[in-house]
Amino acid sequence: MTGYSERSATVSGGELRIWEKGEGPGLCWFAGLPGLPRWLPVLDRLAECHRVAAPSLPGAPGGHSADLLDEHVDWLLAARDAHRAADAEGGALVGASTGGALAADIAAVWPGAVGRLVLIAPFGLFDEAEPVADVFAQRPAERSPLLTNRPEDFDAWTASGSDDADETMEWDIMMQRANNAAARLLWPLGDTRLATRLARIACPTLLIRGADDRVMPESYAARIADTIAGPATVVTIPGAGHMAEFDRPDEVAEAITEFLAGG
Amino acid sequence: MKVLWFHLMPYTELPDDFKERHPGVWVEIDPALFDPERAHVMYNDFMDELEFAAQQGFDGICVNEHHSNGYGLMPSPNLIASTLARRTRDSAICVMGSSVALYDPPVRVAEEFAMIDCISGGRLIAGFPVGTPMDTCYAYSQNPSLLRPRYYEAIDLITRAWREEKPFPYNGRFNRMRYVNPWPRPIQKPRPPVWVPGSGSVETWRMCYENDFVYAYLSYWGYKAGLGVMKGFWEEMKAMGAEPNPYHAGFLQAVGVAESRAEAVDLYAGPASYFYDRCLHLDPKFARPPGYISEATVRSRLTSQVTKAADQAIAARPFQANTDNVLDQGHVIVGSPDEVADQLREVAINLNVGHLMLLLHFGNMSKDLTRHNTQLFAEKVLPQIADLFDDEWEDHWWPNPMPSQSRAVPEPVAV
Repeated sequence: MTGYSERSATVSGGELRIWEKGEGPGLCWFAGLPGLPRWLPVLDRLAECHRVAAPSLPGAPGGHSADLLDEHVDWLLAARDAHRAADAEGGALVGASTGGALAADIAAVWPGAVGRLVLIAPFGLFDEAEPVADVFAQRPAERSPLLTNRPEDFDAWTASGSDDADETMEWDIMMQRANNAAARLLWPLGDTRLATRLARIACPTLLIRGADDRVMPESYAARIADTIAGPATVVTIPGAGHMAEFDRPDEVAEAITEFLAGG
Repeated sequence: MKVLWFHLMPYTELPDDFKERHPGVWVEIDPALFDPERAHVMYNDFMDELEFAAQQGFDGICVNEHHSNGYGLMPSPNLIASTLARRTRDSAICVMGSSVALYDPPVRVAEEFAMIDCISGGRLIAGFPVGTPMDTCYAYSQNPSLLRPRYYEAIDLITRAWREEKPFPYNGRFNRMRYVNPWPRPIQKPRPPVWVPGSGSVETWRMCYENDFVYAYLSYWGYKAGLGVMKGFWEEMKAMGAEPNPYHAGFLQAVGVAESRAEAVDLYAGPASYFYDRCLHLDPKFARPPGYISEATVRSRLTSQVTKAADQAIAARPFQANTDNVLDQGHVIVGSPDEVADQLREVAINLNVGHLMLLLHFGNMSKDLTRHNTQLFAEKVLPQIADLFDDEWEDHWWPNPMPSQSRAVPEPVAV
């Protein structure tokens, strides 16, 4: 435990969990592929000078069901509900991977809702010439090494760790549900047609990518940065894979903090 | 007992080193391995074999749907079924089936099935599979967690389209249509019998009960592996109040008949090895797309004794077979006619299955061997098992065609 608090909020899709820590300007965190089964060290670092609020997206641990989210507009409205529940209106919005796709859309569709946007290897685009890896069609032993440079730590972070059979069963179902929801949002290519809305993003934006990202081709961050209307910067984190925030929490937090302090 | 002759239509010339050099037979199978001129011969041989089976007195002939698949060359089984409807007289035409969730709108399936029913004079069995993960979520890129809701809605739309007497609007979750009005309409009223090929999902069992559909367990792993699933099915049916009518169920089994078991092993070990080694060389990365199995089924499999048994039976089967012992393990039943008849009788009784769907062609079996297997079965096995269940149960799920004398007779093939 690292001293975070938990509250819940009721939105149109149901009840969702919000983890919070720190004091200062609001920072809403949209987690990546498996959501937040546990707290992340990167959030501790960010909480040193922000009030970090991490609402659970639909289907992710702590989130309401994604079973009625059929179309992208359903996802977008649900993500906006979660963003509002985080109580960081007009502040920073950080989205990683799947959460990055939705964070970018919020900044595009509700321009006043986001003061500064940070996208860590966001999904949402797909280029046939440089395809995004298929994160779902993976043999079990190959998935974690695809996502992170710390596969064993990632497996421990996402595993129940309990000796109790019932607890483990519920945990495993929770993790399957998170994966199902991510697939529901991204199937089959990860392309949410975000490219058609990127030019609507007017706020300052930071794009973070792991130098060893095996999911998202290198060109995607630059493509996003070039298309959005606001000023955009790309930072590459050495030694990090797709889940840069997991692999290199200090470096990622430092890049975000520096960007947010910039104005 | 009804005995149906089922053709998968495998590509029969996958290379000897296929398993070593290629990741799998499905989804990403190498296009360079497909020779269209060889496929011309295969398709025509396969259709000859189905027609021969009908001539030999099998109750039905079956085709099915696969995509991007080296062991199933029928992306459109309805194309094959339509020619069978012309070239056969009395056997049921079982399309097992059309993957209704893949078609937009699914009314297309209602139309095509109605065409086959009309052409055949009312001999269609309409199969509605969810479809495998490989076919649906990968080859056809369907969203896994939306597939099953789409499937249920498609079945609702199709059966309603056959039932309604006037054009109607349909405002579904996935299908919104102002005018639903399939023309032609099926001969069989209120609809052709519906069979559902499944793999052990409790939701599918319940749907079959609620809609009076046949549940057919299509496994390539034989009756020993099928016991757990069929036990689960019947326990669930009992819990819902259904009577144990064996005709409510179907089961797939590969069979090789010869004059003796030794000869059968000699004849069929090669094709069986081809089937399990090459045709079922599957890449595990495509096995479980997230959301394909609903949370309700996952939870049920983890908590219910009934479905747990079924799931364990499925899990116990090898994802890739050990071909040294496929014959010993009952994946393929081989033997003399009497031995095969005894085993199939045992299968039907133990699994309580009134519709046996037999693979008498499997792997790279030649046309001659397929005819031999089919003819020997028809002459020496079929008579021994045909009357099973008939004195006790009625088959409510069998086609009800036009009287034979009222059916059109196609002209001979034009030259």
